[in-house]
Amino acid sequence: MTNLETQIIALIWTVVKIVCIVLPLMICVAYLTYAERKVIGYMQLRIGPNRVGWFGLLQPIADAVKLLHKEIIQPTLSNHYLFAVAPILSIAPALAAWAVIPFMPNVVLADINAGVLYLFAMSSIGVYGILIAGWASNSKYPMFSAMRSAAQTISYEIAMGFAFVGVLLAAGSMNLQTIVLAQQGGIWHWYALPLFPLFIVYWISGVAETNRAPFDVAEGESEIVAGFHVEYSGMPFGIFFLAEYANMILISTITSLLFLGGWLSPFEHIPLLGKLTSFIPGIVWLLAKIAFLLFVYLWMRATFPRFRYDQIMRLGWKFLIPVALVWLCLVAVAVVVKFPPWFN
Amino acid sequence: MLNAFPTTLVVFYAFAALLIASAFMVILSRHPVQSALYLVLAFFASAALWIMMQAEFLGLILILVYVGAVMTLFLFVVMTIPMHTIPIDKTRLLYIGYGSLVLVLFLGVMAKIIHPLNHIVFQLNNFQAPGISGATAIGESLYTTYVFPFEIAGFLLLVAIIAAISLSWKTDRRKIINDVSAQVNVKAKDRLKIVKMKAEKPQQDSTEPVQHD
Repeated sequence: MTNLETQIIALIWTVVKIVCIVLPLMICVAYLTYAERKVIGYMQLRIGPNRVGWFGLLQPIADAVKLLHKEIIQPTLSNHYLFAVAPILSIAPALAAWAVIPFMPNVVLADINAGVLYLFAMSSIGVYGILIAGWASNSKYPMFSAMRSAAQTISYEIAMGFAFVGVLLAAGSMNLQTIVLAQQGGIWHWYALPLFPLFIVYWISGVAETNRAPFDVAEGESEIVAGFHVEYSGMPFGIFFLAEYANMILISTITSLLFLGGWLSPFEHIPLLGKLTSFIPGIVWLLAKIAFLLFVYLWMRATFPRFRYDQIMRLGWKFLIPVALVWLCLVAVAVVVKFPPWFN
Repeated sequence: MLNAFPTTLVVFYAFAALLIASAFMVILSRHPVQSALYLVLAFFASAALWIMMQAEFLGLILILVYVGAVMTLFLFVVMTIPMHTIPIDKTRLLYIGYGSLVLVLFLGVMAKIIHPLNHIVFQLNNFQAPGISGATAIGESLYTTYVFPFEIAGFLLLVAIIAAISLSWKTDRRKIINDVSAQVNVKAKDRLKIVKMKAEKPQQDSTEPVQHD
C-alpha cells in the first residue's frame, strides 16, 4: 500500500508535526530572553525591559526586527563558506534534538529506541558551530573562544555521558518514553532521588555544555569581548543567540525527562492530592518542570561569578567524573540486587 | 495510482555518494582544517548508512565518539596550524611507497570482508533479532564471545594514556599548578592589611571642593 499519494501525505504530516514543535520553541526562545532580562533585572533591583508593549512584552519582537534590519558584515579575510555555515551548524543540532523528545505519552515525533543516545549525539555536535565560527572568522578572540569551548565541551561531555549511563542502568532502556514511565508513582520515584549525584552532575555539565554562566568562558565579555561571534552581525549573530537559548530549553527538557519524571505528576498515588490534581494534563507538569529549570539557569547567571579556566577543568575532571563513576557502580549494584523502592 | 517514490534507495545513494565524495575531498583538499571537516562529513554519511542498515546504535555511537569527541580534539590541534596551505614535500615519492603498501593491505581486508563466503557485514542484520535491540546484542557479544579482545583493547588504550601523560609530564611544570586548598583556606587578613590613619587636612589653596562619593 505504499504508493505516491500515501507517501506525500506522510511527508506533509511530518512537516506539520515539525512546525508544531519548532514554532512554539522559537516563541519560547524569544520569551526566554525576555524572562532572563526581567528575572536578572529584579534580582539586581532593576525593572528590566518595560518600554515596548505592556510590561515590555513586545521587547523580544522588537529585538528580532532590529536584528533583521542590521547589515550582515563578512570579514574580508575570513573563510567565507565556513563563516556562513557556522551559524547553521550551531542551530541545526539544537533543533534536530527535539525530534525524540516525548511531550506526553505517545506525543513524540520519532519514538526511536536509542533516543537517549540520539540526544547525546546531537548535544555533542553542537560545539562544531562554535569551533568553525571561531576558526573561520580569522580573528584572535574568536579563535581563543573556539579553543576554550572545545576543551570545555570535551571535558564535560564525559561526565554528562556517565550521568546518561546511570539513567540507562536504572531504567533498563534507551527509549525516552520508557525512561519516563519507569519513574511512575509520585515524586519519590523520580530518578532525581536515587540518582541524586548524577542529577547534579548532569545539570552542571548541561550548563557547561550550553556555555552559560558560570561556565561562559567561551563568550567571556570582559576577557574576549564575546568570543566566537565577535565578527558576526545581524541575523547570523541572532542565530547563534537562538541556538544558545534553544539549547538551554533542550537541556532543561532532557533533565526533566531523565530525572524529574517528565510529564508525570508529582502527586501520583498521594491519597487526596493525587485525586484533586489528576485533571491537569501531563504537558503542564512537563512545562512547569522545564520553566523551573530555566529559572535555575537564570538564577545561576545572576548569582555566580565566572569560573577561571583551570577551575572549570578541575571541576570537570577531578570532581564530576569521579562522583559520576562511583555512583554508577552503586547504581549497578542497586539494580542487580533490586534495591527497593526504586529498582524492584 | 502512481508508483511509490523509492525513498530508501534515493537516501542510500545520496549518502553513499556524499560519503565517497567527502572521503575523496579529505585527501584532495589542501587545507588541513578543511580536510578534517570533510572527514567529519564522511563520518556523518557513514553513520547515516549504518542507521539505514538498522544498526542505529553503531551509527549514533559513531557520531558521538568520532564526530563529537575525536574530531573535535583533532580540529583543536589542526586549527593551530597557520592559515596558509602546506607545500608538497620533495619526499612525496616515499609517501607513495607507504601509501600503496597501506592500500594493498586495506584492499586485502576489504576483499576478505566482501567475499561471499564470510559475509561479516551482513551479519549486522542479525542484531535485529526480535526483542533484542542493537545495544543489547553488541553488549552481549562484547562481554561474552569477545571479552578478551575487548579487555585487551581497553588495556592497550590505558597504556597509551599513561604513556602520553608521562611523556608530557615534566616536574618543573608543577610550579604553575595552583594549590587548591591554599586558595580555599586563604583569609582576608593574609591578603589585605587595613591601616588606621588620621584624616589629613585638605590643601588650603585648592580651588575645587574635595569630592566625596
